[in-house]
Amino acid sequence: MFDELSDLYQQVILDHSKSPRNFRVLPGANRSAQGYNPLCGDNITLYLELDGDVVKSAGFQGSGCAISKASASLLTEMMKGKTTGEIRSLFNRMHDLVTTGKCEGAPDGKLAVFAGVHKFPARVKCAILPWHAAMSAIEGKQDPVSTE
Amino acid sequence: MSFLSKTHFLRARNVGWDLIRSDFPILDQTVNGEPLIYFDNAATSQKPNAVINALRNYYEKDNANVHRGIHELSNRATAAYEGGRQRAAKYLNAASSSEIIFTRGTTEGINLVASSWGGANLKAGDKVLLTEMEHHSNIVPWQMLCERTGAELLYVPVVGDSGQLDLEAYDRLLGQGVKLVSVTHISNTLGVINPVAELCGKARAAGAVTVIDAAQSAGHLKLDVQALGCDFLAFSGHKMCGPTGIGVLYGRLPLLESLPPYQGGGEMIQTVDFFKTTYAKPPHRFEAGTPDIAGVVGLHAAMDYLDGIGRKAIFEHDQDLAVYAYAQLSNIQGIRLFGPPSGRGGLVSFLLEEVHAHDLVTFADQKGIALRGGHHCNQPLMKKLGVPSTARASFYFYNTREEVDQLLDVLIEIRRFFGSNPGI
Ligand SMILES: Cc1ncc(COP(=O)(O)O)c(C=O)c1O
Repeated sequence: MFDELSDLYQQVILDHSKSPRNFRVLPGANRSAQGYNPLCGDNITLYLELDGDVVKSAGFQGSGCAISKASASLLTEMMKGKTTGEIRSLFNRMHDLVTTGKCEGAPDGKLAVFAGVHKFPARVKCAILPWHAAMSAIEGKQDPVSTE
Repeated sequence: MSFLSKTHFLRARNVGWDLIRSDFPILDQTVNGEPLIYFDNAATSQKPNAVINALRNYYEKDNANVHRGIHELSNRATAAYEGGRQRAAKYLNAASSSEIIFTRGTTEGINLVASSWGGANLKAGDKVLLTEMEHHSNIVPWQMLCERTGAELLYVPVVGDSGQLDLEAYDRLLGQGVKLVSVTHISNTLGVINPVAELCGKARAAGAVTVIDAAQSAGHLKLDVQALGCDFLAFSGHKMCGPTGIGVLYGRLPLLESLPPYQGGGEMIQTVDFFKTTYAKPPHRFEAGTPDIAGVVGLHAAMDYLDGIGRKAIFEHDQDLAVYAYAQLSNIQGIRLFGPPSGRGGLVSFLLEEVHAHDLVTFADQKGIALRGGHHCNQPLMKKLGVPSTARASFYFYNTREEVDQLLDVLIEIRRFFGSNPGI
C-alpha cells in the first residue's frame, strides 16, 4: 500500500512540486494556453517561445496539486529545443504512460516517473493537464483546456 | 498547546454506538488494505440494513404504480407512498402532509421554488437575498431566475475563517426590498450552524418569503418547520441514511395553493382537455409523473431509523466528534481550520500548509480514510476564503473518536511526507 504512494509520489515528482522549474511568465513568449480543471481547481498557464517549429523556451504559472505542478515543471524542461512534432509524440507517450503504466519505445528517463499515476485513475487528469495546455498553445487555440 | 484530554468531551450516553455501527454492512470492509474510515458523510451517508431491507421488501412484495390502479398491489404502493408523506410531515412537524412534496433532492426542491414561486412572484428590480456560504444548488437556480426576470441577487457576507454570517449586514440588506431569502441551515464547508429561526422571523417581518436549505441538517438534528417559521425547506434523503434520488420540499400550504405547477404530466392534473388542463391540489400539483415510490419507502425507513436512535443523541454525537476533531487537528503545525471551534455541525474543513487538498485526500485514501477534497460546490465561498479548495472530514453517528485519532496520525504523516514546499 505504501509502495503505491511512493510510486505515485516519486522523489523526482516531490522535488519538482516543491521547487518547480521554469515557474515564471516568459517575457519572450509568443504562445500561451491555460489548463483549468474547475472541479479540482488545478489551474496552470503555459508559456512558450516558439522559433519556427522549435520551442526555444517554456515557462508556467498557476496553482495545483503536486502531480500537476511536477508534470508542468518537467514538461517545460523537456520541451526546450524540441520541435512541435517531437512534442506531439512525447504527448502520446505520456498519455499512454499515465493511463496504462507503459508506453511505446524506450521510456524517456524523466517521463517514467509518472508511470505510477495509472493506479490512481482520479489523478490521471492532473498529470496530463499541462500537456493538454502545451498542445493547445502549440496549436494556437484560445479556449482554456480541461481534462475533467 | 496541549492535546485536550479525551474525557474533556461529554459523549452522548445511553446509546449503543458500537452496536449501531453493525447496522451498516458497508462499513465492515477494508480499503487499500486498511479498515474503512468513512468521513465523507456530508457528500452522502451510508445506509443501514433497515433501509436496504425496506427497499428489498417493497420490490419483492408491494411494487406497483401509485394513484391509478384499483388492484391490490397498487393500493399497497399508494399506501406506502402516502404513508411516507405523513411520516415526513411528522419528521418536520409540518401542520399537514399536504405540505410535503417529494423531489429528487435538495437541488430539485430549490429549483421548484425558484421556478414556481419565482416565476409567479418576481419581477425586474426585485431582490433575492442569499449568503456567501451557499452551495451551488442554492445559488445557480436563483441566478437563472434573475436572468429570466431581471431580479437581482444580494449576498450576506461571511466573516473570516470562522465563517459566521454578518448579521448586521443581514438586517441592512433585508431593508432593500428583498422578496425572498434563501439560506443554508448548516454550511457543508464551514460547519457553521446558522440561526435560521431568527433569520426567518426577521425576513417574515420584512415581508420576504423564506427558504431553508436543510441538506446538512435534516439527518443531524430535530427540525420543526413551524418553530423555524420558514415558508419552504428542502432536504435530500441520501444524506440521512435514505436512498439517492429522493428528497422533500416542505412548503407552507397557503403559499403552495397559490403557486403554479412545476412540471407538467401525469399525476399533477385534475382534468385534461385537448387545450386546457386543471391542476391537482398541492402536493400532487408539484409531482408530475411516476414518483420514486421505492425512494419514499426507503426514506420512511430512514426517518424511523434516525428517530429510533434519537436526533438529539445524533446531534450530540456529531458535534462531539467535530469539536474533538477541531481541537485535535488544531495541534498540527501549519494547519488552517475553517468554521467555528465549537457550536458547529459534524464536519471539519482544513488545509495543510504546502499540501494540496487532492494530494492529502489521495494519501488518506491509501490509509483507508475517505475524505473529500475540492471546492465542495462552494466556489464563491472558496474565492472569499482565498483558497482553491479544502480537505473535509464529515462525520455521522457511526463514526468514532478512535477514527478521528487515526485521521490525526495520518495527517501528521502527510505533513512529514510532503515536507516543506516553497513552490506554488
Ligand atoms: C448545503 C447543501 N445544499 C445542497 C446540497 C445539494 O444536495 P443534493 O445534491 O442532494 O440535491 C448539498 C449537498 O451536496 C449541500 O451540502
